[in-house]
Amino acid sequence: MNNLQIPAWGVWAMLGGLAAFIAMLVIYFKRNHGLKRPIFASPYTLWMILFTVLPCILIAYYAFTDTNGQFTLDNFKNFWDSNYDMNKELIAMGFNPAEMGFSRGTVNVDTLTYSLWMAFLCTLICLVLGYPAAHIMADREFKLGATLVILFVIPMWMNFLLRTIAWMSLLEDTGLINQVLGWLGIPPVQLMYNSGAVLLGMVYNYLPFMVFPIYNVLNKMDYKLSEAAMDLGCNKWKTFYKVTLPLSIPGVVSGITMVFMPAVTTFFIPRMLGGGSTEMFGDLIERTFLTANNWNVGSALSLIMMVLILLSLGLLRKTDPEGEGGSMI
Amino acid sequence: MKKMALVLSLILVCSLALIPGASAEEVVNVYNWYDYMDERVFDMFTQETGIKVNKMYFTTNEDMMVQVRVSPGAYDLVFPSDYCVERMIAENLLAEINYDNVPNAKYTSEWLLNPGYDPDNKYSVPFMWGTVGILYNTTMVEEPVESWGILWDETYADNIFMMDSIRDTMGITLKYLGYSLNTRDPKQLQEATQKLIAQKPLVKAYGVDEIKDKMALGEAALAVMWSGDALYAMDQNEDLAYAVPMEGSNIWVDPMVIPATAKNKENAEKLIDFLCRPEIAQMNCEYIWYSSPNTGAIQMMGEEYTENLTINPTQDVIDRCEWFNDIPENFMTIYNALWSQVKNAK
Repeated sequence: MNNLQIPAWGVWAMLGGLAAFIAMLVIYFKRNHGLKRPIFASPYTLWMILFTVLPCILIAYYAFTDTNGQFTLDNFKNFWDSNYDMNKELIAMGFNPAEMGFSRGTVNVDTLTYSLWMAFLCTLICLVLGYPAAHIMADREFKLGATLVILFVIPMWMNFLLRTIAWMSLLEDTGLINQVLGWLGIPPVQLMYNSGAVLLGMVYNYLPFMVFPIYNVLNKMDYKLSEAAMDLGCNKWKTFYKVTLPLSIPGVVSGITMVFMPAVTTFFIPRMLGGGSTEMFGDLIERTFLTANNWNVGSALSLIMMVLILLSLGLLRKTDPEGEGGSMI
Repeated sequence: MKKMALVLSLILVCSLALIPGASAEEVVNVYNWYDYMDERVFDMFTQETGIKVNKMYFTTNEDMMVQVRVSPGAYDLVFPSDYCVERMIAENLLAEINYDNVPNAKYTSEWLLNPGYDPDNKYSVPFMWGTVGILYNTTMVEEPVESWGILWDETYADNIFMMDSIRDTMGITLKYLGYSLNTRDPKQLQEATQKLIAQKPLVKAYGVDEIKDKMALGEAALAVMWSGDALYAMDQNEDLAYAVPMEGSNIWVDPMVIPATAKNKENAEKLIDFLCRPEIAQMNCEYIWYSSPNTGAIQMMGEEYTENLTINPTQDVIDRCEWFNDIPENFMTIYNALWSQVKNAK
């Protein structure tokens, strides 16, 4: 939206508000001779209420009501049977859905399973690629560690949509990779518009979220512990297996969380790199809201997604109660 | 003290909430398709009238409808497609246009006046029109493109782009099967769905705005496309050609409308009038490649324009084409469920 105009008095009002807020802080600080937490948390609390709690309540409200605001569970039936609303309309029009060959529609459930499977694969690949990378970066004898960290960070300065579109110009039939193959006399390969390309896009986008939590933990780890293990007769592999790996588990757990969550809710990447032929759950929710204009079913789908994420978060909390991996949640 | 903190943060929030839109400056808030206007036109309008143009964009009719419903007063001038105008009139979302402020509306081609979606043009003035057809690469397709059936031809497996737009894609399939694209028979819709699912292994990708660039690069042999996008691609790659299949297709108009809740109705009318001025209509037409409804502009653009069959299809092509009608909500539920099946068929 670029219709945001700030009139002069609005700027003054904002500055005034800010000044009052700061003045209040100063007064508070002087009276109490120290800083207390609640007052500094208040802007964030407000932010959370406005943009996290309220939307969640709205989603729950829409999920359990119909277009007239009456309580209903139909939206969840629509998740289980994507033809539910359609069959209802067909019957209302005097058709027999069963005779027409319409039974339970599995589209929504299938899309969810597909998303979970893709997210699982993405997390696994990120872990397999990311752990060694983090290990190397955190290695005290490896001089280029800091440089590698920067190289990982720099692409993240760019929006992920742009990076995904950049992948398209690499993978297309007329793209860079196929052009190079062409010079070598190899016929073009269709690299894009399949699940593999979607997975590639996901791994590329989420890999840093696996590497950094692990890197953080390994970097902070007391290297004397491994030295001690070596002194006591462990070989390199055994040191890793007995000392480094167990100590890095919080990082791994947090990495898995930070990759799996966004991976399950991925959208846009399947549309661009997958050619829109198979949707992921995020695309499905987006289409239900925007194209189908069905906020009730869309909210039910979002709620199911949220519950799934909360459940997996709960499970992870059990393995990493201290949140040592620097988990953001 | 805590109370004071609460009050002050409330003041802060309120002052934030008051900021947008509270300006004394004359403005007009335009909600248009992405890349559907020569933006220099807006600068010229501002220079001439002193009215500032705020630009906002959408990519599908469905998105636009949702936004107009949920944000009353946010938009003064919107560019929906014909069938959406019908729906918006039915939902009382539109304001009647005061033609005293739009003298240039007289340039509108006669055959586009009094359309089915808005009898008497009370609420809408045509902006652009066009058709849906097949854009094909003549180096990859040697046979003439005469039927939608070519999109189901296995010779072109993995070489076909389809439109990721529910009405357009279902519509052309219905046409291919010999039905109306406004059918209200669920069995015909079901048949179209099965046809599209059967076609899926041959389809390279579904897309909307990005397909024209891919076709220009030579990424595929065939693509379902709107005439203006097709012309844009043809301008970049001379191997491309456009055809409207003989089974008929969709012909459409994108009119300009003013939402009932518009805050700057007169400014919107001034802008409509400005856009109907022949020189301005010509500028837009030459920029976005769609067909102009403006007789003044058509006259100025001359033979090069009138003889281009993509822009000006022959009368018999127009006769074979059909307008979209609005589809009622309950039938749209069926459309959406079936479209979901197409999109996710393996």
